[in-house]
Amino acid sequence: MNAISDSIVITKRQLLQLARVPEVLIFSTIQPVMFVLLFRYVFGGSIETGQPGGYVQLLMPGIFVQTVAFTLAATASGLAEDMKKGLIDRFRSLPIARSALILGRTLGDSLLNIVVLAVMGIAGFVVGWRPTSGVFSIILAFLFLLFFGYALSWVGIYIGLSARDARVVQNVSFLVTFPLTFLSNAFAPTTGMPRPLQYVAEWNPVSTMVAACRQLFGLENEFGATAGSFPSENPLTMSLIYMAIIMIIFVPMSVKKYQNASN
Amino acid sequence: MKSVIAENLVKTYNKGKVKALDGLSLDVEEGTVLSVLGPNGAGKTTTVRILATLLSPDSGNATVGGIDVIRHPEKVREIIGLSGQYAAVDETLTGWDNLVMFGRLYHLNKKAAVKRADELLERFSLTDSAKRPIKTYSGGMRRRLDLAASLIVQPKVLFLDEPTTGLDPRGRQEMWGVIEELVKGGVTLLLTTQYLEEADQLADDIVVIDHGKVIARGSSDALKKEVGGERLEVVVDQANIAKTLEIVARVSGNKATLDEGLRRISAPVSTGSMALMEVLRSMDSEGIHALDVGLKRPSLDDVFMSLTGHAAEVEEVK
Repeated sequence: MNAISDSIVITKRQLLQLARVPEVLIFSTIQPVMFVLLFRYVFGGSIETGQPGGYVQLLMPGIFVQTVAFTLAATASGLAEDMKKGLIDRFRSLPIARSALILGRTLGDSLLNIVVLAVMGIAGFVVGWRPTSGVFSIILAFLFLLFFGYALSWVGIYIGLSARDARVVQNVSFLVTFPLTFLSNAFAPTTGMPRPLQYVAEWNPVSTMVAACRQLFGLENEFGATAGSFPSENPLTMSLIYMAIIMIIFVPMSVKKYQNASN
Repeated sequence: MKSVIAENLVKTYNKGKVKALDGLSLDVEEGTVLSVLGPNGAGKTTTVRILATLLSPDSGNATVGGIDVIRHPEKVREIIGLSGQYAAVDETLTGWDNLVMFGRLYHLNKKAAVKRADELLERFSLTDSAKRPIKTYSGGMRRRLDLAASLIVQPKVLFLDEPTTGLDPRGRQEMWGVIEELVKGGVTLLLTTQYLEEADQLADDIVVIDHGKVIARGSSDALKKEVGGERLEVVVDQANIAKTLEIVARVSGNKATLDEGLRRISAPVSTGSMALMEVLRSMDSEGIHALDVGLKRPSLDDVFMSLTGHAAEVEEVK
């Protein structure tokens, strides 16, 4: 299977980049750790949760989901950079499967997520995060997070191939990911939002992801306006449906975009 | 045998508003070098991108190594090498990393990929910088590495899209040396350039394109002849101008013209060096000393001017 081995070469290239410029890895882990500390100590004191163990129990799943959601931006800007340098043209002129480059890139970004999630988990533990479910559920939650990041990196592929400039890519990806992660139950209960916004926030895939992770880590869920609805009752299933929808739309679109890519 | 054939390629951008190629046809004989010469925006890069399977034409046909580029692009990719206008290599990785990676993507095993990378680095005088990130390379080194990456599996046909654009004169000289070596090795090469002297230096055949069409084709010599023959030029002292004008006019059988500022007398000649000798003999017998004398052949710049009616818009080196 050449397509697979070609993708692995591309994934290795990304790992090699990290080895050559270790600062990239250092800063992409420092940032989420900084978020953990800021949210834990800045908001943690003023948000009332009735949650045993405090705000940090609710925060960690939220911040995990936010971090993997930012994979979208990482994938998009990495690809835009390759476009700009003409590397995409070179890859496209090689006798390799045309899906290999984008497949390899999405895998590489997922590998990076493993490292980032591990470091964040440790940081969370240090500041008091204690999941109460079993080991199996915890592992399942992390796999879930990785898969969510993987699905979103296909959106990143599409954005990266569509934009003409790497700076635009940064802006577009943040325009997508910021409202998506903050208009959710990730950092604050949705019940404080205006009612129409609550509906949006609670149907948001980020919310169902956060709720699913909270469940897997052994917490109760709080949905306001949509309590009793399908996403609020089945956050895990709903998140899987969302991921499937994202992949079904963006995998073929990204592959097609790559095949026709020309700058 | 023709290694590359393009027939009536048409390509438009922006929904037909910009016509990049307007019925372009060309071919390259196996083992020869064809230079596609033209100003910015003439359609050089579009032509290369179509032949290298990166772009589909709106209409027209093309084959590379006898394979149809539109119907079997994956087979064409196995026999071509492409080196573009920008050094398309991973800048954070070292030269060695890049070549090994591309070797792996050409499906060499690890050992063979390493061996090939070492060979190519040696051949392009990059061994000393092999373990440095490309970011630290000079423009010329990047281009050489980029070229090396396109030679990993001895391509049958090599496309070089403006291989020296943006290089300083030294980098350009080095690159020419490398390309001349390749040509001696017998590769079929299609090279685009906006430098007239580059086409003159490297190519067997030249096609001149403008606005997406071929406007002239031939060897460098043939193209120059098309524009007109040689001119004889003599520079003399002020006192000898009148007599020299007479001699030059008589020998050439044409009207001689004078550039007063330079004190240079010139006339078109058809007999080349014979005419030159005769002029010098006549001047000698009159006791006239020539300060400078020579036969000037038209440059490719002149060719371009007379073919297109406008000068080649060559961008300044950055």
